[in-house]
Amino acid sequence: MENELIHKEETRDDTAAKLGMWIFIFTELLLFGGLFIVYSVFRTQYSREFHQAALELNVTIGAFNTIVLLISSMTIAMALTALQKNNKKLSLRLIGITILMAFVFLVNKYFEWGAKFHHGIYPGSELMMKFEHGHLLYFSLYFFMTGLHALHIIAGMVLLSVIFFRIKKGIIHSEKYVFLENGALYWHLVDLIWIFLFPLLYLIT
Amino acid sequence: MINATTTMESVSYLDHKGKYKGIFAWIFATDHKRIALLYLYAISTFFVIGAILGLLMRLELISPGQTIMTAQTYNGIFTVHGIMMIFMVVIPGLSAIFGNFFLPILIGAKDVAFPRLNLFSWYIFITGSILAVLSQFLRSGPPDTGWTFYAPYSTATGTNVIFATTAAFVLGFSSILTGLNFIVTIHRMRAPKMKFFSMPLFPWSIYATAWIQVLATPIIAITLLMLIAERLFKIGFFDPAYGGDPILFQHMFWIYSHPAVYIMILPAMGVITEIIPTFCQRKVYGYKAIAMSSLAIAGVGYLVWGHHMFTSGMSETARWVFSLLTFIVAIPSAVKVFNWLATMYKGSIDLKPPLLYALSFIFLFSIGGLTGLVLGSLATNIQVHDTSFVVAHFHYIVFGGMGFGFFAALHYWFPKIYGRMYNFRRANIAWGILFVGFNLLYFPLFIIGMQGMPRRYYDYLPQFQTGHVISTIGGIILIIGLFLMIRNLVLGARKGAKAPANPWNGSTLEWQIVSPPPQENFDEDPLIKNNPYDYE
Amino acid sequence: MSENATHITEYKTLGIVLVTLLFFTLITIVVTSFDLAVWNVVLALVIAGTKGFLVVTYFMHIKYESLLLKILVGMVFFLFALILVITFIDYAYR
Repeated sequence: MENELIHKEETRDDTAAKLGMWIFIFTELLLFGGLFIVYSVFRTQYSREFHQAALELNVTIGAFNTIVLLISSMTIAMALTALQKNNKKLSLRLIGITILMAFVFLVNKYFEWGAKFHHGIYPGSELMMKFEHGHLLYFSLYFFMTGLHALHIIAGMVLLSVIFFRIKKGIIHSEKYVFLENGALYWHLVDLIWIFLFPLLYLIT
Repeated sequence: MINATTTMESVSYLDHKGKYKGIFAWIFATDHKRIALLYLYAISTFFVIGAILGLLMRLELISPGQTIMTAQTYNGIFTVHGIMMIFMVVIPGLSAIFGNFFLPILIGAKDVAFPRLNLFSWYIFITGSILAVLSQFLRSGPPDTGWTFYAPYSTATGTNVIFATTAAFVLGFSSILTGLNFIVTIHRMRAPKMKFFSMPLFPWSIYATAWIQVLATPIIAITLLMLIAERLFKIGFFDPAYGGDPILFQHMFWIYSHPAVYIMILPAMGVITEIIPTFCQRKVYGYKAIAMSSLAIAGVGYLVWGHHMFTSGMSETARWVFSLLTFIVAIPSAVKVFNWLATMYKGSIDLKPPLLYALSFIFLFSIGGLTGLVLGSLATNIQVHDTSFVVAHFHYIVFGGMGFGFFAALHYWFPKIYGRMYNFRRANIAWGILFVGFNLLYFPLFIIGMQGMPRRYYDYLPQFQTGHVISTIGGIILIIGLFLMIRNLVLGARKGAKAPANPWNGSTLEWQIVSPPPQENFDEDPLIKNNPYDYE
Repeated sequence: MSENATHITEYKTLGIVLVTLLFFTLITIVVTSFDLAVWNVVLALVIAGTKGFLVVTYFMHIKYESLLLKILVGMVFFLFALILVITFIDYAYR
């Protein structure tokens, strides 16, 4: 075992780890890509209903969440810079802020969804079943896309928390930070998808 | 033997003593060779079960009306036969077993890039398989949608569709991780002197396959999620009653499932490209053309999904565009076939069992490929769409192509994997029976399909009975051949004569090391040639 | 360790990128509040694309990565565009 460990240390290949992460990101992009295909098809078929349905969303909440995610994306990028510069304390603080931002995003989302639920708009609800076709499809897409995105936010929070403790313990450090780099890549992906979701769902009025 | 001195000390991967003992030394193994065998045993089991289910269907169809099962059971059986054979056998098949075992060795690496992720993929694969099996036994009954899960029926039927789709989703995840692992392995783990264009052609085909696995599977994943949500919440995407579009489901489904056909066939083509030069002792003809044709098939194959939907009500323009693209895929496929034949020209051909399987691959694949063109052109497609002609076509490709490619690989690399040799005479007999049984089973389906026998039908008009009877007899012969082949291989693995390091006089890297390979594959740096098939 | 070291992006660069992203967010909200018919979608997507490009280039460091990775990222977006276009060959002509 001892020998094997040393051996692994020798052959450590950060480029491979990063390439693997990027390929994983490709699969995530195409996963959402499938949803964007469905969106485009229905958007062209029911553009009038989509415009009207989008009026029911609150642009301010959406914009606020966009800003939150953009800032968190920067803080996680800075956390990497900080670790590379061997500033562990700053790095930890920045990751903490990122996780906090993610939490703010989710709370915001919770209230946004909660308000819709309160008005009887949720997938499979009686009210939604009575909607015009385009209207129904818009809200189905809205819940599906933002729901799947929220799941990714949660996954990202878990990942970043693991990284946070690993940095604290010194497993990830200024000489060996590819795990943080990959975690950050994942977080940027979540941000990247939101950048497209926001105008497509909120700004088509 | 090249490494005679070093081989004395090295321990083979089969005898290697690690941290764990007994069965745990296997199910916790991160060695790519052991994981490959884990896949081999799991996939072979599913293959045998799937084949028996297929035989049951054939027996049912031997006469019109009810023969041995009810119509609902028949629907369940063709669905689970499809799900098992597609998602649990042929998609992981060659790449997870032989890709895992030989990809690292062929490029001069000690293991794949992420060994633990590799083991994890196997566990995900097993989890998905268990879910698929469970879907058969739960309360609301086995799914009856066919493996394609077409909406809107799949959103309405009362059977365990959610379980089956979740299983396919999980299996897809395993496929993605394997593909990811292989791409990184090929980019980062090649031996120092191994350039991309000095890799053998099997790694090239695995490379192309891995990209399809990574880039196509997410689309089916999201489609299945939508289908599940549709059943649970009525989101309406595929339900015309709520403004959705069932044809959209077909688009999304085939965006993955057509490239999936290339996930199945490309590694098989890679295997054939390894076998033919070895048994003809000839440098492979048109190395670069074959390597590039793998990538071309992967690339163009991604864009032709619509040819499954010619009669669905898709737009006229889309139909001719997809038809045109489909014909383009025939070009790189033909490049491969002609290059194989050109490689054999003036070679010293040695008709050992692996070559027999390889040659029957070319024969059966050509029939499957050419009838694919009948299906790819619009006018003839309307006539034979959803008939048993289609069934015959894709079995010639999937079973005749990928299946025989799989048997070829098994016979070719068997001595390397187990360090023992099987009996040639028995292998030849089993091959003969398999080949005859296969053609008897599927060729009549072309004919009755042309005459109008619909696929997936439980009952049929009396005029089709002759075809069905011949087909069923073929099915029985095929199963006998299969049994003989498996028996011969099991006997060989347990009691066969010790195999030398290079029984076929092959020139690629796996033949430079002892059989079975040592734990770390290479005890000393392997000799890398510029052209891996240098026989002259 | 030199082989495993990567480019370090300065705090200042990251800050500038964030400010640009926020600026674009503002623009897209303002622009889409007017009714410009089809141009609303086009503008929204062009702006989102620009923002995405900035995120991928600077936050995700693709600017400093190998040519291989740059090509692969491009390929994935190209492939997605291709699938979308081909799907619409059906829907646009139905």
